[in-house]
Amino acid sequence: MAEIEIDGTIYQADAGDNLLKACLSLKLDLPYFCWHPAMGSVGACRQCAVLQFKDQDDRHGRIVMACMTPVADGLRVSLERPEARQFRAGIIELLMINHPHDCPVCEEGGECHLQDMTEMTGHTFRRYRGKKRTHYNQYLGPFINHEMNRCIACYRCVRFYQGYAGGRDLDVFAAHNHVYFGRHEDGVLENEFSGNLAEVCPTGVFTDKTFSAHYTRKWDLQNAPSICAHCSLGCNTSPGERYGTLRRIVNRYHGEINGYFLCDRGRFGYGFVNSPARIRKPSILGQQAVGRQAAQERFAAILKSGENVIGIGSPRASLEANFALRELVGQERFHPGFADREGALIKLMLDIVQQAPVHLPSLREIEQADAVLVLGEDVGSTAPRLALALRQAVRNEAFEIADQLKIPRWQDAGVRDAAQDAKSPLFIASLAATGLDDVAAGVYRAHPEELARLGFAVAHRLDAESPAVEELLSTADDLAATIAQALREAKRPLIVTGVSLYSESVIEAAANIAVALARLRGAAADVSFVAPECNSLGLGLIGGGDLEAAFQAVDEGAADTVVILENDLYRRAARDKVDRFLAGAKRVVVIDHIFHDTAKKAELVLPGSTFAETEGTLVSSEGRAQRFFSVFPPAGEVQDSWRWLLDAMQVRWRHLDYITEACASALPVLQPILRAAPSANFRIEGMKVPRQPHRYSGRTAIRANVRVSEPKQPVDEDSALSFSMEGVSSGCPPSLNPSVWAPGWNSNQSVFKLQDEPGGQLSGGDPGVRLIEPKVNAEFPWFTRVPGAERKLRQVAPLYHVFGSEALSMLSPPVAERAPEPYLALNPADARELGVGAGDAVELELAGVTVRLVVLLKAELAEGLLGIPAGLPGVPWFAPLSEPGSIRKAEA
Amino acid sequence: MALSEAEREAIREEAAHYRDKSAASIEALKIVQQRHGWVSDEHIKDIAEVLGMSPDQLDGVATFYNLIYRRPVGKKVIHYCNSVSCWILGAEELREQMEKRLRIKLGETTQDGEYTLLPIVCLGACHRAPVMMVGDETYFEIDPARLDAIFPVKT
Ligand code: SF4
Ligand code: SF4
Ligand code: FES
Ligand code: FES
Repeated sequence: MAEIEIDGTIYQADAGDNLLKACLSLKLDLPYFCWHPAMGSVGACRQCAVLQFKDQDDRHGRIVMACMTPVADGLRVSLERPEARQFRAGIIELLMINHPHDCPVCEEGGECHLQDMTEMTGHTFRRYRGKKRTHYNQYLGPFINHEMNRCIACYRCVRFYQGYAGGRDLDVFAAHNHVYFGRHEDGVLENEFSGNLAEVCPTGVFTDKTFSAHYTRKWDLQNAPSICAHCSLGCNTSPGERYGTLRRIVNRYHGEINGYFLCDRGRFGYGFVNSPARIRKPSILGQQAVGRQAAQERFAAILKSGENVIGIGSPRASLEANFALRELVGQERFHPGFADREGALIKLMLDIVQQAPVHLPSLREIEQADAVLVLGEDVGSTAPRLALALRQAVRNEAFEIADQLKIPRWQDAGVRDAAQDAKSPLFIASLAATGLDDVAAGVYRAHPEELARLGFAVAHRLDAESPAVEELLSTADDLAATIAQALREAKRPLIVTGVSLYSESVIEAAANIAVALARLRGAAADVSFVAPECNSLGLGLIGGGDLEAAFQAVDEGAADTVVILENDLYRRAARDKVDRFLAGAKRVVVIDHIFHDTAKKAELVLPGSTFAETEGTLVSSEGRAQRFFSVFPPAGEVQDSWRWLLDAMQVRWRHLDYITEACASALPVLQPILRAAPSANFRIEGMKVPRQPHRYSGRTAIRANVRVSEPKQPVDEDSALSFSMEGVSSGCPPSLNPSVWAPGWNSNQSVFKLQDEPGGQLSGGDPGVRLIEPKVNAEFPWFTRVPGAERKLRQVAPLYHVFGSEALSMLSPPVAERAPEPYLALNPADARELGVGAGDAVELELAGVTVRLVVLLKAELAEGLLGIPAGLPGVPWFAPLSEPGSIRKAEA
Repeated sequence: MALSEAEREAIREEAAHYRDKSAASIEALKIVQQRHGWVSDEHIKDIAEVLGMSPDQLDGVATFYNLIYRRPVGKKVIHYCNSVSCWILGAEELREQMEKRLRIKLGETTQDGEYTLLPIVCLGACHRAPVMMVGDETYFEIDPARLDAIFPVKT
């Protein structure tokens, strides 16, 4: 701590911080542009100028940039003196010379940091009457608009895109007055974090193109605190709605998870909510347009007539919806609905994290790792935001170097210069190339079993008691030694693995490494297990029989009626098996929001709501239970999945809190979920928290085309939020905060007013509760089944895509545009053997279904592997690592 | 207009002097410009490939420097200084005179392909302003009469 004087007042500030951050931590309004809490200072924009005094006697002071000035005891500055104010107003005036006067047609307007800063400096009159420079705007793909004239040359975009996210196709061109930020030619921005440009850019140069298609001002959007549904990381989001459609998703700061950034799948995948594939009305035997009551009656009749009803839940539905189904059918007849073998792997993972000395790190903790082994998981495709965190982890070496040279860590350009390309070691063992290879110290590409063998070898190197690996190639053995050494020497080593390869051995190998590390260090080891979906872990904790058991129950006549919750079984098991199951069951009920192949076969289809129209609890890969809230009430016959189930149970529970409570008391491990967010009874000064900003306009007229009198606002019994602009939002706990705003700060930059310090935790605590804490001194036995060296001749292997492998986001047209065409990836040697070449069409039989695929050669893919894009629409389900069916070259 | 093998080789040789190949960006651009007079989009892609950079990264370097030409230029490029000393001493009037005399605007090339007219930042000879470069030659203390002498009107 240091004592500093700002405009005559004495404050305590963190010594070594930069002064800008210190001022913002004190909640003082000091304008800035180029500094970013996650990216540090470069002193480029000159906006954060303050007057610094030499000592107590200095009356004149000199202008310095706050973001470049270290805080130290005795620092004496002024933000308010006219010299400082004039300087800052002058900077804005210069920036404004070329800035167009287009706020009314600019999509940034109303949440623009440049607008806010211009107001704040008092530069409200433009003197410049000359010509403005104009630029060409580029086509940047389906996600991002480009309007270069609005640029103020703060360099944040390139610093984020290249320096933070590792992108290579966005840069800065030319110099002085015509400096240009864009691509070297028109084209799709490739980096999967490009959407953050819309939030990083303080003006309207980069904006959300999907939002443009149905644009609404920030103040006219109804928002809610939500959780991303597109992978298992649980990034916090703030979706916005108007006129009954979801308009966009923006980042909702969470200090332990996503921080300031989302991936493009999470940001742009929301289109499924507005999709024509939505189920809007109940249907019976394919007959549309059944009323809600008729549907409820039919549901009741089906349940009554069923001799034996089983339920299939969903890893993409909330704990509450799944638990309601479990209550309806009974614990023994509930199946979580995981894909074949996936359930067993998730159980294995849970056994490890609950019994072994393993700590599930948050993304913030992952960023602190200084040696990382990624075993088997292509995280960039299965848990994208985690890949971004790993990209920051490799920079720890750079920070170490900076520390030695006494360069403050926030001195971004200084740190980068000093470190050059020095990186903390990251090792990636995967099937094929991954998006993180460019920052890896070593990569290893092989069969899943071979990856596991590498893992076992690392564990053995770390602890001789861990089982050894026979017949390991010397290259793999050397690599194992290097990895083991890096992990041993690290201050905070990290293992990342997951279930995506459907390999028990990979997970067991990772566990052995963790146990070895824990024994070495006497502390739990950080292991990040990537689960496949947004509530896989939660569902794993609820437990239940696997899908195979459900199939068997129907086959054997032990069950005749099936209720399927938010699950397309054709994505979970072989087509013929699902066909037989659905045909074998006498009666099938599907509750879902998307009309899929499973729903087509159901007798009764009930329209459930998407994450945007319902609420509940999800458990992330970190084991963190988080609450998401409906953004807007479901329209027409649509209602929460759990509500359909409650209706059928004849309502013992009135609203969501009752289910959450019942769930928490039925399953001790879930007890803490009650603390994930305040209950529906929570009030601030007797009032609810409004979802609509206080400037929300047109409420009385919004439905005037239907009816001129304003209807009563819908009542939300399930949460402490209201579908209204009335209520109190100040002092609202972070888990309930629908969107960020502060007086004078209309853009997302206002979040610093809600944090303990910029980039720190949210005041009041980051939302959610961790359910699983490590057993530090646990004795955990070694896994001993080390796979042998022999290989099957050929195996189909799943290859994942950030755009393509996840079902819901693929219903969002901009995301679908970025997905690959169905392909078959082969090592060139295999291609030769099969007599096919790149671009050839082949017909491949996958789990009994013949599919046409285009051959793609991947030199790095291990021989014998047939790489198939996992989860891609048009590619049928297949058993990973099984032997392929027939392959033949297709007729042209 | 792809790069020749000789050019690639020359670039590789330059790059071998550095730990990070991209450090040879400017030299590589100069090698190509020397031969072709300018650097095309295709050249950018080729050079970037040799240096292990993205075209965007290399083009960022290429467009930063006034003396790397990203469009075709005449045999000689006129760089007239438009920084402050020269501006005070009449650089803009001289530019207008040149535009008239050569029948081109700023950024254009004469019909005969002889000259391209471009501005440049301070040439470090303010005490002898206004200053201008024509090809490799630098002219100091230019006045309208000298300017006419530098560009004799063809008949
Ligand atoms: S485009 Fe935006 S982020 Fe990039 S330099 Fe310009 S104003 Fe800054
Ligand atoms: S990383 Fe996962 S949770 Fe986060 S935004 Fe992307 S898809 Fe959503
Ligand atoms: S924020 Fe300090 S100079 Fe830009
Ligand atoms: S201003 Fe022209 S040479 Fe310096």
